[in-house]
Amino acid sequence: MNRTDLRAMIVEEIGNIAPEVEAATLGDGEDLRKALDLDSMDIFNLVVALSLRLGIDIPDADAGQLVTLGGGAVYLERRLTGPALSG
Amino acid sequence: MPSLGADMAAGTLVEWLKHPGDEVRRGDIVAVVETDKGAIEVEIFEDGWIGALLVAEGTEVPVGTPLATIVGRDRIEPPPASPPAPVPVLAPPPPPAPSAPRPPSTAREAPKEAPTTAALRASPAARWLAGERGIDLSLVQGTGPGGAIQRADVATFSSRPKHREGIDPAQMRRAIAAAMARSKREIPHYYLSHSFDASAALTFLADYNAARLPADRLLMAALLIRATALALPDFPEFNGFHDGEGFTPSEAIHIGFAIAIRGGGLAAPAIRETGQLALPELMHRLRDLTLRVRRGEFRSSELSDPTVTISSLGERGVDLLLPVIYPPQVAIIGFGTIRQQPWVVDDRIEPRPVMTVTLGADHRANDGHRGALLLGRIAELLQEPHKL
Repeated sequence: MNRTDLRAMIVEEIGNIAPEVEAATLGDGEDLRKALDLDSMDIFNLVVALSLRLGIDIPDADAGQLVTLGGGAVYLERRLTGPALSG
Repeated sequence: MPSLGADMAAGTLVEWLKHPGDEVRRGDIVAVVETDKGAIEVEIFEDGWIGALLVAEGTEVPVGTPLATIVGRDRIEPPPASPPAPVPVLAPPPPPAPSAPRPPSTAREAPKEAPTTAALRASPAARWLAGERGIDLSLVQGTGPGGAIQRADVATFSSRPKHREGIDPAQMRRAIAAAMARSKREIPHYYLSHSFDASAALTFLADYNAARLPADRLLMAALLIRATALALPDFPEFNGFHDGEGFTPSEAIHIGFAIAIRGGGLAAPAIRETGQLALPELMHRLRDLTLRVRRGEFRSSELSDPTVTISSLGERGVDLLLPVIYPPQVAIIGFGTIRQQPWVVDDRIEPRPVMTVTLGADHRANDGHRGALLLGRIAELLQEPHKL
């Protein structure tokens, strides 16, 4: 799964959590919390959804990496392919 | 029609989820009602069987109007007079009339002779199905000869997309306006504020979450609600209702948690029996509630039940809020956003994460001295989070 797929997956999961927002058109570096008015509960739900879907753990300390689409895709790619998978 | 808020005058019965003859248990969702706050699921507070549906789908009726008769589990007829409940979700059945509701075995047939449908052109099969499903035939679009309603039309109507369109922002704004105007008109508010070092709570949260998979983790909000629920039993004058005449404390603690709706508006439904929920269960309920509120799906009791409310601004808020009480409650507790600031620790100044907890309280029911002790107790509990 490449970075583009992962970005699309994040967009899709945001759509499940907050159907009323439009995430697809966001820039890679935009802060989801500011641009889409997502709160800590939304980010919590996003982390849960992505971790279940990809079958990986996403440490709580890394949740901050998922607040932009670009950063999130890079992070997830690294978690999936990196040598030190803890989940 | 249940009262789903202090200022609700009427509601529209959108959909019956139970039908004549259906067995129901206390807590079952029996109908969906459209109010100023959006579509709300109505619970039943008795065991028994649905006798007759007294209000057709699509009809707006005043609060207090009986929606249906319930045939009690232990008696067949006449229908039992319900004991007065604080929130009559299904109003007591009307006084025994010449045509008393039938026993459950035959109650299913009752609505098909409803006079409202008599003048419509509809096939017998359509009438039967409409009666069976408790559908008001006048709402069904007929496609038969001369616009007559056929069985298939009723079937189509009955399987149409459910009317849970979520929240109407204009209605929600009106509901908030009415409740808050009443609050500021009637309640002599006083406000208190207390700041405390939140590092213990943050460290506890980080340690707790580091050892768990995402779905089992906690948010700070769960700790705030838990601490408040544990503090309240010693401060009963902040937990209950004021009806204008006097204050009635509530034995149960149902904390309402204010949940913001993206794009405007908020709702503060109850987390029932908050004090009895350990942190994992509390977090689970909080997630479920947030999800449902933002989809516009909450239950009638969740809106009318809160005995006190918490408003937490979360990560992107401000230092402190001066919250407005939701009548007929008598207190609301606010949590500001944690910020890093200079703090005196052992005669030295250190940067610390600081949180400010505030109280908006009703001076008819309680006083500032006790309010200060309540805030102090909540802050104390949050500084010993392993006790939560």
